[in-house]
Amino acid sequence: MDNIAGTKSSLTWAVHISVVVLVALWLFPTVGLFVSSFRTADQIATSGWWNALFPTEQSLTLRTAAPDEQVLVDGVYVIEGNLFAGEDLSDEIDMSAWGTSSRDVGAYAPGDTAELRDGERITVNANGDYRLESPVQMEGNRGQRVFVTAEVPPDFTLENYEQVLLSGNATDSMAKAFFNTLTVTIPATIIPIVVAAFAAYALAWMDFPGRALLIAIVVGLLVVPLQLALIPLLKLHLGIGIGKGYLGTWLAHTGFGLPLAVYLLRNYMVGLPRDIIENARVDGATEFQIFVKIILPLSFPALASFAIFQFLWTWNDLLVAKVFLIDATGQTTVMTNQIVELLGTRGGNWEILATAAFVSIAVPLLVFFAMQKYLVRGLLAGSVK
Amino acid sequence: MNPALQGLLTIAIGVGGCLSYFYFSNQLLDKVIFPAKGPNAGKNINRANLVRPWLFLLPAILALGLYLAYPVFETIRLSLTERETLPDGTTVYNFVGLANYTQMASEPKFWEAMRNNMMWLIVVPAMSTAFGLLAAQLTDRISWGNIAKSLIFMPMAISFVGAAVIWKLVYDARPPGTEQIGVLNAIYVWMTGNDPQQWLTVPIWNSFLLMIVLIWIQTGFAMVILSAALRGIPEETIEAAIVDGASPLQIFFKIKVPQIMGTIVVVWTTITLVVLKVFDIVFAMTNGQWETQVLANYMFDKLFRANDWGVGSASAIVIMLLVTPILVWNVRNARAEMR
Repeated sequence: MDNIAGTKSSLTWAVHISVVVLVALWLFPTVGLFVSSFRTADQIATSGWWNALFPTEQSLTLRTAAPDEQVLVDGVYVIEGNLFAGEDLSDEIDMSAWGTSSRDVGAYAPGDTAELRDGERITVNANGDYRLESPVQMEGNRGQRVFVTAEVPPDFTLENYEQVLLSGNATDSMAKAFFNTLTVTIPATIIPIVVAAFAAYALAWMDFPGRALLIAIVVGLLVVPLQLALIPLLKLHLGIGIGKGYLGTWLAHTGFGLPLAVYLLRNYMVGLPRDIIENARVDGATEFQIFVKIILPLSFPALASFAIFQFLWTWNDLLVAKVFLIDATGQTTVMTNQIVELLGTRGGNWEILATAAFVSIAVPLLVFFAMQKYLVRGLLAGSVK
Repeated sequence: MNPALQGLLTIAIGVGGCLSYFYFSNQLLDKVIFPAKGPNAGKNINRANLVRPWLFLLPAILALGLYLAYPVFETIRLSLTERETLPDGTTVYNFVGLANYTQMASEPKFWEAMRNNMMWLIVVPAMSTAFGLLAAQLTDRISWGNIAKSLIFMPMAISFVGAAVIWKLVYDARPPGTEQIGVLNAIYVWMTGNDPQQWLTVPIWNSFLLMIVLIWIQTGFAMVILSAALRGIPEETIEAAIVDGASPLQIFFKIKVPQIMGTIVVVWTTITLVVLKVFDIVFAMTNGQWETQVLANYMFDKLFRANDWGVGSASAIVIMLLVTPILVWNVRNARAEMR
């Protein structure tokens, strides 16, 4: 409508800016988590993630070499070296201040010389080179502490992902939970599609008494809260011996996903051209053949829409897994549950939490961006009009 | 057995079982029970066609009946009983009338959950729809609108638990004097100079902070649906308004919004349904502490912490009652549409 007189105006800029702000607001939290998952625990705890993208001023606690490295030069005992040697830091560090007491970490400028006890003197240069002198022999087995304030360039690490995916640490590991989630998700996505497709075909293209009533029931069941089904079904599963486990979870997800599946697929199938189906009937195709050879291929977009919904829903689900799957042994934990447990046990360890959360989010995000078209189509067809 | 193998096997059995059920039951019907030959061929074909829909429907009806319809009635029954384990290990369900409901009504936590749920019901659908409408209207007018849309839509793919972690980082608080790593506190300290707050423990505020998470997720949904509706508006109506000298704001509120009112209602009710069932966000972020309890989490608490199936069922019925008006409305609309 941009070409209609009067709509194109100075407002256009306002629109662009508003959208930028809106998108930034919506993206900001997720980006925060993503950036955090590449930072070490120390980095996360000392500065906001938005600082991670720029060099930051950090306080480091470093040590000189130990006294057993001292050499006697012209009557004074001397230790020389570089404070950053042995530290896992890049070379571009530029020190802005340093100190020898934790109470005043920025007491001296680079190049200054500080007096220590027993007549010891220390000089520290901006690049970390130091010279520690003492008139008497230095004792002890650890070096002098030096507090350094320095600009540290952005620094990212893959350690967290190693810890979460490969370490095998029982509390942190997401690897097992990842496969468990996959095990729940795939059957729970495919089975309802098959069951629903046949039912949807019957509801769309076969005439029988009670059809309208059945459709109404499906629409009604669409909104029945999951919460209602938890206790009776748990009781049922325990009663007939399925207990808690994958089978029960697959069945539950199938049952809960069916109304939407039937509804979406029926609405789509009703819209298919009548001629094709009637012609096939006249040509002597059986209903089963019509369904498998004509309806199913034509309904691919609707099938894909529902598959994405069901996949996202089962992958992201916590409640059904907690009720029907996860038993006391904890062997069958899924990723959402693992993250909730981490929130409890490692509430402050953002590096682990952020990484674990991102591992669980990554797959749905991939599916989302790859198949967004079908998701949107499904949404438009699925919201009860 | 390895669960992954078990999963594959289940897919094979499930899908294969379904397909062979459909195939063989149809064969049985056409070839054995009502064969389309012999003296009764015509009659048999008609009979077979009477039975066939039910063959196609049977698995779905069984699953829907067992997993959704039956639980509704069973939950009603359970909410009127009390579970008791006898000394010999068997479990009996004693009829106790409305005792579970009266017990629930006497618990302050329940009323807290009700009050919070009502707040959620007002705030979340309203804000999501408003933001969704705004985003839809704005993105439809610019060239990179589709990219903007998919970025705003993205939280839909993120689990409630994942979203809880994302937002917990936003709300994080560090001790006063140290650098804040949560955006909210960083801004708060920078703007006001006050000490940082543990936002999730401050009543009323914390409920709204939890709502923001759901609004963040649901806005994309509202935007997608409303954007489609906005595009469906006939251009003539807008052109006419422009010719008559309407301002962009007038066009939006007086021409566009009234025409998509039906869709707005649909979006609103759909989000309302999500809100009524919201569980994961509260469970993961506060677990109902600090006056943030909601019904679904209250129910989970009763069910698994207190192990009280009676009151748990009663609270599930409360959720069902809150959903019922939408259910009736949806069914009536669907029926009207089919006629």
